[in-house]
Amino acid sequence: MFLSMNWISDFVDFTGLDKLELIHKFSLSTAEVENEILFKGSDLSGVVVAEIKSVENHPDSKKLHLLKVDTGEAELTDVVCGAPNVRVGMKTAFAKVGAKIGEIEIAPRPLAGNMSYGMCCSEAELGISDDNSGIMEITDDVPNGADLKDIYEIDDIVFEVDNKSLTNRPDLWGHYGIAREFAALAGRELKPLGVEDLKAYDGLKKVDLKIEDPLCYRYSCLQVENITKSVSPVNMRIRLFYCGMRGINLLADLTNYLMLEMGQPMHAFDSRKVEKIRIKRFDKPFTFKTLDEVERNIDENTLMICNGDQPVAIAGIMGGLDSEIVDDTTTLTLESATFDAASIRKSTVRLAHRTDASMRYEKSLDPELTVPAIARFLYLLKQYDGGVQVVSALTDEYAYKYDTVELSFDKAFVDRYTGIEIDNDTILKTLTSLGFKAELDGDNFDVVVPSWRATKDVTIKADIIEEITRIYGYDNFDVNTTRSPLYPVRMDVVKENEDKIKDILVKRYSLHELHSYVWAYYDELKELGIEVEPNIKLANATNPNIETIRNSMIPTQLCQLNVNKGYAPEFGIFEIGRVVEGMDENNLCIEKKKLAISLFSKVKDVRDLYFELRDILAVITDDLKHKQLEFKTAEAIHGYEHPVNLNSIILDGEVIGKIGIVHPVVGKKLDKKAAIVFAEVDMQAFADKKNASIIYDEPSKFPPMDYDLSVVVPSGVLFSDLSQCWKNEGTEILKNVKIVDTYDTELFHSITIRFEFSSSERTLSSAEVQAVMDKVIENLKGINVNLR
Amino acid sequence: MDNKIEVLREEIRQKLASAKDLSELDKARVEYLGKKGSITALLKGMKNLSNDEKKTFGAEVNKLKAAAAKRIEERVEELKKLQIEAEINAMPKFDITAPADLTRGSYHPITLVQRQCETIFKSMGFTVEDYPEVVTDYECFESVNIPKHHPARDMQDTYYLENGQLLKSQTSAAQNAILKKYGKNLEENGVPIKAIFPGRCFRNEATDASHENTFFQMEGMMVDKDISISNLIFFMKTMLSEVFQRDVKVRLRPGFFPFVEPGFELDINCEICGGTGCSSCKHSGWLELCPCGMIHPNVLREGGVDPEKYTGFAFGLGLTRLAMMKYKVKDIRDLNSGNLKSLAQFTDDDN
Repeated sequence: MFLSMNWISDFVDFTGLDKLELIHKFSLSTAEVENEILFKGSDLSGVVVAEIKSVENHPDSKKLHLLKVDTGEAELTDVVCGAPNVRVGMKTAFAKVGAKIGEIEIAPRPLAGNMSYGMCCSEAELGISDDNSGIMEITDDVPNGADLKDIYEIDDIVFEVDNKSLTNRPDLWGHYGIAREFAALAGRELKPLGVEDLKAYDGLKKVDLKIEDPLCYRYSCLQVENITKSVSPVNMRIRLFYCGMRGINLLADLTNYLMLEMGQPMHAFDSRKVEKIRIKRFDKPFTFKTLDEVERNIDENTLMICNGDQPVAIAGIMGGLDSEIVDDTTTLTLESATFDAASIRKSTVRLAHRTDASMRYEKSLDPELTVPAIARFLYLLKQYDGGVQVVSALTDEYAYKYDTVELSFDKAFVDRYTGIEIDNDTILKTLTSLGFKAELDGDNFDVVVPSWRATKDVTIKADIIEEITRIYGYDNFDVNTTRSPLYPVRMDVVKENEDKIKDILVKRYSLHELHSYVWAYYDELKELGIEVEPNIKLANATNPNIETIRNSMIPTQLCQLNVNKGYAPEFGIFEIGRVVEGMDENNLCIEKKKLAISLFSKVKDVRDLYFELRDILAVITDDLKHKQLEFKTAEAIHGYEHPVNLNSIILDGEVIGKIGIVHPVVGKKLDKKAAIVFAEVDMQAFADKKNASIIYDEPSKFPPMDYDLSVVVPSGVLFSDLSQCWKNEGTEILKNVKIVDTYDTELFHSITIRFEFSSSERTLSSAEVQAVMDKVIENLKGINVNLR
Repeated sequence: MDNKIEVLREEIRQKLASAKDLSELDKARVEYLGKKGSITALLKGMKNLSNDEKKTFGAEVNKLKAAAAKRIEERVEELKKLQIEAEINAMPKFDITAPADLTRGSYHPITLVQRQCETIFKSMGFTVEDYPEVVTDYECFESVNIPKHHPARDMQDTYYLENGQLLKSQTSAAQNAILKKYGKNLEENGVPIKAIFPGRCFRNEATDASHENTFFQMEGMMVDKDISISNLIFFMKTMLSEVFQRDVKVRLRPGFFPFVEPGFELDINCEICGGTGCSSCKHSGWLELCPCGMIHPNVLREGGVDPEKYTGFAFGLGLTRLAMMKYKVKDIRDLNSGNLKSLAQFTDDDN
C-alpha cells in the first residue's frame, strides 16, 4: 500500500519535524516501509499555467497545431503541439524553455519546420495521472504563469508498506489510521476528520433496508441527488494516482478516496436498482456479472447485496454491472457496511477475485466506521459540488456489535514482560495517543480499547505490551540475560547418535552428506527404471513429479548417485532423513528417521565395496554401542534390490535395517561399470539400543598362543555357522578368532582361521589348547566342515 | 714356523681389506677364527715343538688371533657405516610443495550451521529436540493459536497429505509438544523450559533461486517466571554474534505472528554491505532473519503452562537462510540439489 505524506499531513501538524525520520520510526514501530521512498514532483520544475490564445493547423502535418500561448509574460509564446484537445481559451500545463520533466530539459526546437518554445503537457507527462489522451485541462480561475507546483500538491513524499505487515491492523488500511500512528510517534495531536452532520436529515424517509444474514454486521446507507460535477479535483486525483489508483469520475474517485482515507470501502448504486436492500445468501448457485463485466459463479456461501430477491452486488467484494451508476442516474444510494471477515475471505478465495475492498474486509473492519464514512463522504462531496441534495435519512442497521474490550493490568505486569523500566506516565501517554482510554490508579491501569483496534487485534493484556513497547522503541531497550535457575540438561539420544554417526562417516570414511526431498522423484526414478511404490500422497501437490511420499531413502540416493556419477570414480553419500512406512491403525503416517548410505565405485569390485559398507556399519555400532551387528539373508522386495546378498541388519536381536547391492537392471542404467551398494538403518531403533560399557581387559603377563586351522567350507555355510562350533569351547582362554587367509579353487572354498588363546593367570600348555581345538574340530566336522 | 705366521697375517690383512660386505667378513671370520680355521690349525700344528718354542709360538699365534678378531670388528663397523651412508644417499629428495591430496568427506552446510547454533544454545543450557516432519493440523496450527480459517494460514501454503495430516510448514509445530514435555517440571520443580528444535519445513510454492519448498528452521523457546523482551533480544544477539563471529547489530520491528504477542521481525545489519545499503538488503542496510516474540498466552495455556505465572519467548530462525548468508550461497536450490560439485566443499567449519 502506498501512503502519501501530504495526505497524512492533513491530520497531523509536522511543523519542525523531519518527515523522513518519522517514516523510519514508523517502519520500526508500526509496519515495515518497503523499497525506496519516492519523492514525487522532485523531477519536475518550470511548468506553469498557460492559456491558449490561438490555434492554427500546421501547414505540413495533419496532427500538429501551431499555438500561441499566454504564460503570464508580456509576449505570447509559439508552441507546436500534437494534442487533439487544443482549443482557444483553454488553460493547460506548459513547460517553458529550461523546464525539467524527469530526465528531459525543455529547449527550443523545430517541429516539422516550425520552432516550438516549450511544451504543453499531459497529466501523464507530468507524472500526476495516467491520462495521456490530451494535454492537461486547468480550470479558468487559475492565473496564467502560476507555477503548477504552487497550485497543486505535486510535491509529495510517498512510501510503500507491505500489505502483509498490516494483516492484523484493520485500522491501518487508510491514511487516517496511519496518521494516528504518526501522531503518536511524533508526539503531536491527531486532528479530527471534517464531517457533515447527518442528524440534519433525520426527518427524511428511510431507505428500505433489511439485513437477513448474520454475516452482515452493519449496513448504513444514504441517498443523494443532483450531482452536477463529474470530474474530481486535481489534488484528489493526484493523491489517488500517487497511491496507485486510477481516476475515473467524481463518484468513483470519492469512494476510492474515502477507502484510502478511512479504510472503509464504499459503493454507490443507482437508487432505481436498490429500492429494497436485502443482504443475504442464496440456496442455489447462480452466475452474476460484476461491474468489470465478468460473469462469476456465486455459490450458496457467498453473501450478496440484493434488491429484493435480485442480487446487485457481491458483499464486500464488487458491485454488479446492472446496478452501476449510468448516464441517466439521478439518485444514488451510498453503501457503507461491515461484513464477517472470514466469510469475505473465503468468498474471495472461491471467486479468485481479490479487490481493494475485500482486502480490507478480510482484516475485520471496525463497524463503527460506516456512519462517519458516509458523513465524511458527504462533507467532501459538498465541498466540490455544492448543489448536492440528500434525499433520505441515514439508514443504519447495526446487527452485530463487537464487545467493548476493557483490560486491567499493573506496572509489575509491564515490567515482567519488558524486562526494563518504563514509567507509568510514558505508559499512559502512549496508550492515550493511540486512542485507548487509559486510567491510572496507583500502579494499576484500566484501559478501554478503541473500537478500531477491538475487532480482533487487541484483546488481551499482552497486546497492550506491544503497544507500549513498539512506541517506546525496541532500539531503546536495555538488553539483559535471564536470571533463571540452572539445571543439568539431557540430550536426546537420537540426536547424539546422529551427530556421532555423521562424524564417523565424514571423518573416517570420507563420505558426503547430502540432503534430499521427502517425496519420491517420479521422473528421476523413471530414468533409472525404478517404479514409485504406492504410499501416502500429497493432497495438493502442484507438481506430479513430487506427489508420493517416499517409503525409503535408497531410491532417492540412487538418483543422487546418478547426478554425481561423473564426480569421481569412487565416492559415497549419506543422509539422515525421513520416510513414511505406511499408515498406523489411526490412519496416521508411520514416519521413520533413517540413515541411508550408498557407495559408488568404478575402482573396487562389488565384493570389496559391499564389505566396506558392512565394516562402516560395524564400526558405527562398535563405536556408539560397543556391540556387534548380526546379519541375516533377506528377501528382495523392491525392484532396485539385487536378490543376492541382501541382508537384514540385526542389533540385539532386532532388525534395524538392511544392506544390499543394487539390482543389475538399475545399476546398468546408472553406470555400466560401477559397483553400487547401499544400506538403510532405522535411527530410532538404533538409538534405542543400550550402549554396552567398555570392559577393560588387562593385558596378560603370560605368553599368548595362536592356533591356525585351515578348513574347507562347503557352499551355503557362513562364518556365523562356523562360529557356533567354538562358541562354547574354551571360553576362559579363547580370546579371539579371526580369518587370516582365504584360498579358493574351482573345487572348494577354504579359509584359515586363527584362534588366539591367552590367560592372565598362567602360561598355557599345548595340551590344554589342543584339547579345546580337538573339540572345535569335532564340532566343525559335525556341520560337514573338514580340515584341508 | 714364524714364517707361517707372517704369511697368514698378510693373507688375513688382505682378505679383510678386500671384504666388500658383512657376509664376506663373516666368512673370513669362520675361515681364520673358526674351530677349523687357519689360526686354530696353526695351534694344532704346534705339537712337535719344544715347550719353549710352544710358548713363544703360542703367544705369537694368540697375538695374531686377537689382532684378526679386532680387525674384523673394525671392518664390521666400517662397513655398517658405509651401508647407512649408502642408504642415506639412496633416499630421493621429495617435493613437499606438491599439492596435497585433500580428498575427504563433507557435511551438508545446513548441518554445519545447525551445529554452531546448537553448540551456542547447549552451552546456555538449552536441550536440542527432534520432531517429525509429518504432523497434524493441531500441532502445526491449532495448538499455536492459528485456528481454522485464520488468515495466517493463508500466509503459508501448506502441503496437506491425503489423510489430513500435513508436512510441517514451520518448526513452531513442535511448540505444543515441548511445552507439554517440560511444563510439569517447570510447574513442580521450577526448572525453566529451554529448548531448541531444528527441523525441516515445507511450503507448497514454486521454487526459484530464493524460494524452496523444503528448507530448515530452528525454533527456540524459553519459558520461566520472568522471561522478558529484553532477554529475547539478548539471546538473539548472542546467538547471531557467535554464528557470524562478529558483533552483530540487531533490530526488532513489530511483526504479526499468531503464536507470539508481542511479535517481532528480527533484522540483522547486512553482512554484505555492513549496513550502508546494497542490493542484497534492498538498500536498507538490514536483512530480515527471524520472526520472534513473546509466546502468546493461548499457546502457553494450550501447552499446559499457566500464562499468568509464566512468560516466555520463542523464535524461528531460518537455518537455510543463515547457511546461505554465511557461505554466500546464491541459489537456494543448490542445497537440495544433491550435487557434490556444490556440496562436497563443506568439509568442516569450526567457526
